[in-house]
Amino acid sequence: MTSSEASTGRLARPGRNIGDLKLAMVMIAPALVGFLVFLLWPTLRGIWLSFTDFNLLTEPTFVGLNNYIRMFGDPVFWNAAWVTIQYVVINIGVQTVMALLIAVLMQRLTRSTFVRSIVLTPYLVSNVVAALIFMWILDTQLGVGNQILGWMGIDAIPFLSQESTVIPTIALINVWRHMGYTALLIFAGLQTIPETVYEAGRVDGASEWSMFWRITMPLLRPILALVLIMTVIGSFQVFDTVAVTTAGGPVNSSRVLQLYIYDMAFGRFQFGYASALSVALLIILLIITVIQYRMTRAGETDLN
Amino acid sequence: MTTTPITEDSVNETETGNSSRKPRPGWGRIAAWAVMIIIMIATLFPFYWMLRTALSSNNALYSGASSWLPVDANLGGFARVFGMQTGEEAIAAGGAGQPVNFWRYLLNSVIVATLVTVGQVFFSACAAYAFSRLKWPGRNTVYGLFLAGLMVPTIFTFLPNFVLIKELGLIDTVFGIALPTMLMTPFAVFFLRQFFMNIPLELEEAALLDGSGKLGNFFRLILPMASAPIATISLLTYIGAWNDYFWPLMVSYSDNSRVLTVGLGVFRSQAPQMGPDWSGLMAATLVAALPMLILFALSAKRIVNSIGFSGIK
Repeated sequence: MTSSEASTGRLARPGRNIGDLKLAMVMIAPALVGFLVFLLWPTLRGIWLSFTDFNLLTEPTFVGLNNYIRMFGDPVFWNAAWVTIQYVVINIGVQTVMALLIAVLMQRLTRSTFVRSIVLTPYLVSNVVAALIFMWILDTQLGVGNQILGWMGIDAIPFLSQESTVIPTIALINVWRHMGYTALLIFAGLQTIPETVYEAGRVDGASEWSMFWRITMPLLRPILALVLIMTVIGSFQVFDTVAVTTAGGPVNSSRVLQLYIYDMAFGRFQFGYASALSVALLIILLIITVIQYRMTRAGETDLN
Repeated sequence: MTTTPITEDSVNETETGNSSRKPRPGWGRIAAWAVMIIIMIATLFPFYWMLRTALSSNNALYSGASSWLPVDANLGGFARVFGMQTGEEAIAAGGAGQPVNFWRYLLNSVIVATLVTVGQVFFSACAAYAFSRLKWPGRNTVYGLFLAGLMVPTIFTFLPNFVLIKELGLIDTVFGIALPTMLMTPFAVFFLRQFFMNIPLELEEAALLDGSGKLGNFFRLILPMASAPIATISLLTYIGAWNDYFWPLMVSYSDNSRVLTVGLGVFRSQAPQMGPDWSGLMAATLVAALPMLILFALSAKRIVNSIGFSGIK
């Protein structure tokens, strides 16, 4: 085999359309097993289980659309969907603005790896760690956050234990962890805008503020759109922070979809219904991706 | 979604082009630096506060809640975390008195993150080579299928994968935690394939002329030449596996397989009656976070520069 390749000197040998099939099969085998067994099969099985009454102990039986009908009449599901959307709106809204601010500041001020590293540091610790640190900082009696509020003459706020503040608080904790990463993504996008555009703007006497709106934002749009699609999808999957800080409470005010799914599966062993909830979340994510992609024309660039 | 959050060197390319710009001193620039510094302080303060609390003693936290330095500084929190205090001592210091074995959690985290990283990166690299440099019928179809896998949020596969791991009898084992991501992720295959594609074909052809086989080429030529992106994705995979919580939470039931993130959750739920053991909890948090922070300190430049985009025209 090797000698025939050597004689032609080509990797692709016309006339033998089997090519490197044997070697390719060996090299791809572990990944293919991983793909089929732990990605494709679970995806199909998850969809199948959503049409059954599976409870982990007995064999699943087909129940048709029962789980979905139940879901539509389940107030806790609708509440969880609503809570999750509130979380995503606050989380993504604040995070995107902060990340843009940091990225533009970095672009204008410094390319130092040190500054970028500091901004990224929270991303290196787990959600669990971030959640625990902020539980402590925001503790009603002893937390330094409430101490500082006290100095400003504001009464202590039970951030994570009252219904009105719990979701914004969790959303902002995750902003702290993710904004640096998002900022670096946007920063990388800013590097694709040629400096000459800004120079031209400056010659025309444009201020930094108007250059940001007239040059940076329009040219950044495709990248910002992709960042949004990625971060929104990640944001919808919030679980860790809620599970550690509030476990869904008080009442159901922070019971996000993933937590409801987890409780349904591992608290009540209703795997069938939990699977239906997962499919609902999957569909929501697909719809959002398509809408965002269309609306923001993420695939096109104005840099031509 | 053909975009990825990561490419090597995408930031470096334009670095030189911009450095010619003269810094324009003035109030605007000073104000901008002030904002930047405030953001950096806000970013780092929680880490400081974690350290400050971990070094404080619980009983002193009540009187010294607003002290910026550790109050009644000692290492009792760390002693509780590593089970070096007796139950009575721990309770007296405001701990839960139940033994927690963070050494075990630490070991489990190391095993899981190592298994996932070594397996995932190596097997994904093999597949990426088959997808980029070998010719075989059906190659593009199979690759397309892999790419479609990017569309499925991993979280969707958790429930069915849990059922599968249970059927395999791997519940509550570190291997069960590692297995689903040990063989591949679509992203790793996609990421590595891109770099393999960029290695000049002529190099490989020359090696073939010298009598090297394609498998030999993979180990002796492609892997060494792609060592930078392989190091990058290994680091990111390791950090991701280390910080994972949801999946290990499903699979673990006991200290046999609990990783640090799950152990932290257990430690937190064992709150003693007087109120949480904040000093011990922050010490535990620090123990969980420190290995990744050290890893980051050693490889900050690589990680920071790896964040960007590829696949965008």
